[in-house]
Amino acid sequence: MNKQVASFRRSFQPWDDIDATPFIEFRNVTKRYGAVTAVNDLSLKIFEREFFALLGPSGCGKTTLMRMLAGFEEVSAGSVLLAGNDLVGVPPYRRPVNMMFQSYALFPHMSVEKNIAFGLKQEGMAKADIAARVSKMLELVKMEAFAKRKPDQLSGGQRQRVALARSLAKQPKVLLLDEPLGALDRKLREETQFELVDLQENLGITFMIVTHDQQEAMTVADRIAVMDHGRIVQTAPPTEIYERPQSRYVADFLGDINLVEATFAGTTKGTVSLETSQGGTLKTVGDVSATKGDVVWFAVRPEKLEISRTKPASGDNLFFGEVWDIAYLGDQTAYRVKLDNGIFVKASVLNTRVDVDNPITWEDRVWLSCAPDAAMVLSA
Amino acid sequence: MNRAWSPFNVTSVVAGFAFLYIPILLLIIYSFNESKLVTVWAGFSVKWYAAAFANEALVSAAWVTLRVALVSATAATILGTLAALALAKFTRFRGRFLFSGMVYAPLVMPEVITGLSLLLLFVAMNVDRGIETVIMAHITFSMCFVAVVVQSRLAGLDRSLEEAALDLGATPIRAFFSVTLPIIAPAVLAGWMLAFTLSLDDLVIAQFNSGPGATTLPMKIFSQVRLGVTPEINAVCTILVGLVASGVIIASVTMKRRDVRRMRAEQLAARG
Repeated sequence: MNKQVASFRRSFQPWDDIDATPFIEFRNVTKRYGAVTAVNDLSLKIFEREFFALLGPSGCGKTTLMRMLAGFEEVSAGSVLLAGNDLVGVPPYRRPVNMMFQSYALFPHMSVEKNIAFGLKQEGMAKADIAARVSKMLELVKMEAFAKRKPDQLSGGQRQRVALARSLAKQPKVLLLDEPLGALDRKLREETQFELVDLQENLGITFMIVTHDQQEAMTVADRIAVMDHGRIVQTAPPTEIYERPQSRYVADFLGDINLVEATFAGTTKGTVSLETSQGGTLKTVGDVSATKGDVVWFAVRPEKLEISRTKPASGDNLFFGEVWDIAYLGDQTAYRVKLDNGIFVKASVLNTRVDVDNPITWEDRVWLSCAPDAAMVLSA
Repeated sequence: MNRAWSPFNVTSVVAGFAFLYIPILLLIIYSFNESKLVTVWAGFSVKWYAAAFANEALVSAAWVTLRVALVSATAATILGTLAALALAKFTRFRGRFLFSGMVYAPLVMPEVITGLSLLLLFVAMNVDRGIETVIMAHITFSMCFVAVVVQSRLAGLDRSLEEAALDLGATPIRAFFSVTLPIIAPAVLAGWMLAFTLSLDDLVIAQFNSGPGATTLPMKIFSQVRLGVTPEINAVCTILVGLVASGVIIASVTMKRRDVRRMRAEQLAARG
């Protein structure tokens, strides 16, 4: 990655600019299949050169949303705009959008070369130009040596590259990626994620990816939209969506979260006070629209909890319990602690040293704690 | 496999094959018989083949059959493929159940009923019976076989292949001819062969719907046999068996070769 791109990337936040014109816009889009509503009155703006991820469990409508942009599904209500033009009624073969399919959908009867050339041929491009573009694409995905092979003579990773090259060959304005790395093994998937990011930055094309893998979304995307039941529940950059989720659903979907039900007591100097049902007080920071007595949730990520056998000096947000389960994961160790009130809390600790004297083990009585600004309060 | 052949297995296999093939073998052997009497062996000869080719009625019946089979198989393949496409593509439309039932019903319909009902239709419409009516009748009953064969191939086809073609700028018609059709071609070809053979050996439906000058080979053979089996008929039947057998062998060998090539390619890909 060259320096110019890197600095561009750091300052790239068009979604914060009120005057920025969106490149792709979903306006009050609804999609119904009979009695089932797959996408429910959804509005979304995506900006040029953005790497945008749609994240959600299966059946949340993310694929339907993408297919409406590609033109394979028509909207039941609302409109889809690309660069200001309404796409409703435009067939898929007339949209300046290309898609990489989850199954790759490589044409089995054509060689790698012919697969990549397919879209260009439909455009009526001259033969010499097609050949030049195809070899450029093969170079881009490092598949020059496989030009004459048929798809069933390729490995999964190679097929994925060909599919990517084919969808980029027409130089679309938007590339749609439907679970593009789902069929690859973990190592290869992680490598490919970074390659995708580099590729997107170098080509300057808007990418939209659909995935159910939160790690993938966080690795590649500039912004993530988390979907649930045909609606977007939150759209934000990865850091914000992880550190400042707006609801328990989002907090729980991205990563692990410990939730403690409490009542809102008040805000003083930016510190939010909550009361637990046992009469304890929990402190955190953040904006919350609640009045005294409302039920809210104290939320803290496992890696932000400190675990120790001695009572910590600072008295905020203390929990006491017994180590119930330990999962040693190599880079970190996850503890499941049963609090004295019966609730289970997860805490994880990075394994920064090879040997630890007298490590915390099963049935140890431990204190869990976190600073007010390591936790958050959720009202939904 | 190191499972030994038990006497029971050997007996059942031998008996099964004998049951299937001895009659045909007998027919082939007697077609080379010198004697005029079918059941008395009097030495090897090919004179009945010469006689069969000299028999103008038989030869013209063979031509009629071939023409009927070629035309009806082709038309049935087109119609059957279209029906299969409609059924595979539109999984939810009003009357789909009825439509698919109606496509498959002729599979189990007794031929006598199909033949008779078509005859009644032609009479009601005041259509003169001849080679055209036989062709139409054959299209009707063989297109459902094509539909079944093609649909089973379409069922295993990744829908996103066609979508990918559309996505890359191909109109629906071009997507069909450049992507879907080449992929389902083996099934379409198999459907055509099936329709061709069905038409080739159909007697009942042709009997109902043919008219003067449109006698097919099975009709001719059947009517001659009623006057007694001649070695000439044996010769014609042997030729038919030879044609069908070589067709089946060629088809299965090419399929087998394709599989082997594919397996080798996949192994190659897995290795690197």
